Amino acid sequence: MFRLIVFASFIVFSVTACVQGDSNVERGNRTQVLHIGNNAEPQGLDPHQVTGVNESYIVLALFEGLVSKHPATLEIQPGVAESWTVSDDGRVYTFSLRQNAKWSNGDAVTAHDFVWSWWRGLQPALGNQYVFMYFPIKNAERFFNGEVSDFSKVGVTAIDDFTLRVELANPTPYFLQLLDHYSTFPVHRATIEKWGEPDESYTRWTRPQNMVTNGPFELDDWRLNKHLIVRKSQTYWGADKVRLNKIVFYPYEVGPNEERLYRAGQLHYTSETSIDRLPWYYENKPHHVSIAPYAGTYIYRINNKKPHLKDKRVRQALAMSIDRETLIRTVLNGLFTPAYSIVPPGLLGYQPPQVFAYDPSAARNLLAQAGYPNGKGLPEIELQYNSSEQHRKIAIAIQQMWNKELGIKVRLQNKDWKVYLDDEATGNYEISRGSWIADYVDPNTFLDMWVSDSGINRTGWANPNFDKLVLKDAPSAKTRKARYKHFYDAETLLISDMPFIPIYTYSSHHFIHPSVNGMPPNIMNYYNWRYVYLDADWRAEPK
Amino acid sequence: MLRFVLVRLLQSIPVLFTVITATFFLIRQAPGGPFDADKPVIPAVKRALEAKYNLDLPMWQQYLNYLGDLLRGDMGPSFKYPGWAVHDLILSGLPATAELALYALLVAIIVGVLAGVCAALKPNTAQDYIPMSVAMLGICMPTFLLGPLLVLVFGFWLNWLPISGWGDLPGDKIMPSITLGAAYAAYVARLTRGGMLDVMSQDYIRTARAKGLPERVVVFKHALRGGLIPTIAFLGPAFAGLLAGSFVVETIFQIPGLGRFYVQAAFNRDYTMILGTTIFLSTLIIFFNLLSDLLATWMNPKLRHQLRGQSV
Repeated sequence: MFRLIVFASFIVFSVTACVQGDSNVERGNRTQVLHIGNNAEPQGLDPHQVTGVNESYIVLALFEGLVSKHPATLEIQPGVAESWTVSDDGRVYTFSLRQNAKWSNGDAVTAHDFVWSWWRGLQPALGNQYVFMYFPIKNAERFFNGEVSDFSKVGVTAIDDFTLRVELANPTPYFLQLLDHYSTFPVHRATIEKWGEPDESYTRWTRPQNMVTNGPFELDDWRLNKHLIVRKSQTYWGADKVRLNKIVFYPYEVGPNEERLYRAGQLHYTSETSIDRLPWYYENKPHHVSIAPYAGTYIYRINNKKPHLKDKRVRQALAMSIDRETLIRTVLNGLFTPAYSIVPPGLLGYQPPQVFAYDPSAARNLLAQAGYPNGKGLPEIELQYNSSEQHRKIAIAIQQMWNKELGIKVRLQNKDWKVYLDDEATGNYEISRGSWIADYVDPNTFLDMWVSDSGINRTGWANPNFDKLVLKDAPSAKTRKARYKHFYDAETLLISDMPFIPIYTYSSHHFIHPSVNGMPPNIMNYYNWRYVYLDADWRAEPK
Repeated sequence: MLRFVLVRLLQSIPVLFTVITATFFLIRQAPGGPFDADKPVIPAVKRALEAKYNLDLPMWQQYLNYLGDLLRGDMGPSFKYPGWAVHDLILSGLPATAELALYALLVAIIVGVLAGVCAALKPNTAQDYIPMSVAMLGICMPTFLLGPLLVLVFGFWLNWLPISGWGDLPGDKIMPSITLGAAYAAYVARLTRGGMLDVMSQDYIRTARAKGLPERVVVFKHALRGGLIPTIAFLGPAFAGLLAGSFVVETIFQIPGLGRFYVQAAFNRDYTMILGTTIFLSTLIIFFNLLSDLLATWMNPKLRHQLRGQSV
């Protein structure tokens, strides 16, 4: 019993001894240190290798490409390039680089750095998964495939130290957007060559003591599964405008854990909200919630090769009998917006067609015409999704809608992520949950994925007219308007055939502390860290 | 004694070999590969990636290569975090996980043994029922419920303890240790109670009492040593279980440990990481089983005698 008392008093003592001090947010606001929930441990930091969203946030702090984007409008603005000219035929870009752009070790960022970096980005052995970002450049794809071995035939040349000339194969209206994608960022040659071969993947050059970068921040500390810290770079050309001293990225998985840390003042920003907690925040802390449309679409792929799903009237009936408004209001706490097209409305001025609407009676007619009146004769349909509570809830709701409106029986199949991907890729599914997030700001990123030989199509649907509109007509259009017209026609074709069912347009949704400035919501969920700062005078409003 | 240890160590070699072989071939049977993603990788890039990891070789050759590398102490690079070797990742997570497991084990022993002894001293009274009911609750309550519950009470309502981290703020190690240790404390309590009840009815306890020793000495010096043997036998596997099972607690409290790597590796089809963590943990389990057997032998005079006879 004596020991019990000793133990108990030890516990009580240690508990009372550690009353908490300042939170990360309070301390961060005083010292301009931003604490960011970043979803997962970054796979790496090499701009020519990483692929994920969470890596991109870190890489965008560390590096800068020829151009960057305005944090709110996403319009292209100067980066390492101070200015540029485009030839009349839209095929030759000439960039003038800043004379004061510097690497974090003090070296100048030159046009030669870009030429060498792009040569490296095109090395097959490097395993650059975003290598297709280079393919609009003349001969880049052929160089990558080994059909051209002389890199001087590829359309990128350093005229002098600060002038870079880029020649494209075809006019590519969204080319400048690609230059703010990390796969086209410059990397520091001497550093990479010090730690391995140029095309050797994942060498030690990205470790904190080794890494040389050219962005507004440089790598400070990287502790696995704990945090990654970047600090303000003193050599960055715009350093006098950068107000944050540090950004701390935490690899915290989204959901209740991240929300709990936010509530405790450990984070300024969560990579997502926790949907179940949203009503509480609406009620108590509405100014901590940020929700904005996001360039991504939630879809159900249909396997067009299955006999009973071959008839497009069946697919249309399925699409028209989903009550998206109700689904979003009840299951998703109103977080998203219904989608009737694949391109989200308003992507740089493009408005997609609305080919169909929610219309259960028309859906029943279509199903009857296809030979399945009231669902009779239609075999049970299997609907697969990757393990997630939210996907499950959505699938259950849609299962009920199809059963109620069309008399169709649906079996739900929950699969582990890799099993789900494998089954989708090999066509071993009937209906499969899917989604697409834009790679760059242009409708093309949502449409070229459905051409016949695309690896992302995976529905078995093919339409030569669609291929022609997307691959031939749109790229050679002279004006944005003409180009959008081709996209519009292509999308009308696509949605009429309904190889997949659009369900909702994503939102980016975060808890974000009111002291954070310069992170306006935008459709790409893009942040330009050099504009971000913390308001030290922020005070919680009186209750 | 030495022979006993040597025999056990030799026995562990085929065990480990079987674990490695079974894991190596089983994970390849799982659908999907490490480079499958929603956005398919360009074929030339995928070939380059597969060549880097020798996935283009026949399976038996990959297996032999792996065994060869392993003998040289090289577990290869992780697939998911290619910038890091598997042993780097394991070593980076091990300190936090080992420390957490150790504290959780301490919580389990201190709370469990005290509760078990209390209960055994007055069986079938309130002093027995109350700790044992709490122990049952501890076994039933999953860590993913207990953790957030503790955080709510001690982190948010009382504001006594930090709700996350490991070694960043004073006191941040308390809640994770209790959360992880609670279920084990409950097992220890039940095992201790059983062992103590068994011992308290033995002749030598009656002898000790007849000698006129105070009850405190009887319980703590004579009875506890025998009564704890089932508990000790449980502790070895329990420690290994704590190391391997800390994933949930590490996620709740954001502890940079091994558990998250271990679980995520399976989801990611990170072949080398799955193999590395499995080999590492099986080695630990074998080691701690051996350790707890040795401890139990040392505490049990009968067994100690037998072994001594053997080694002569």
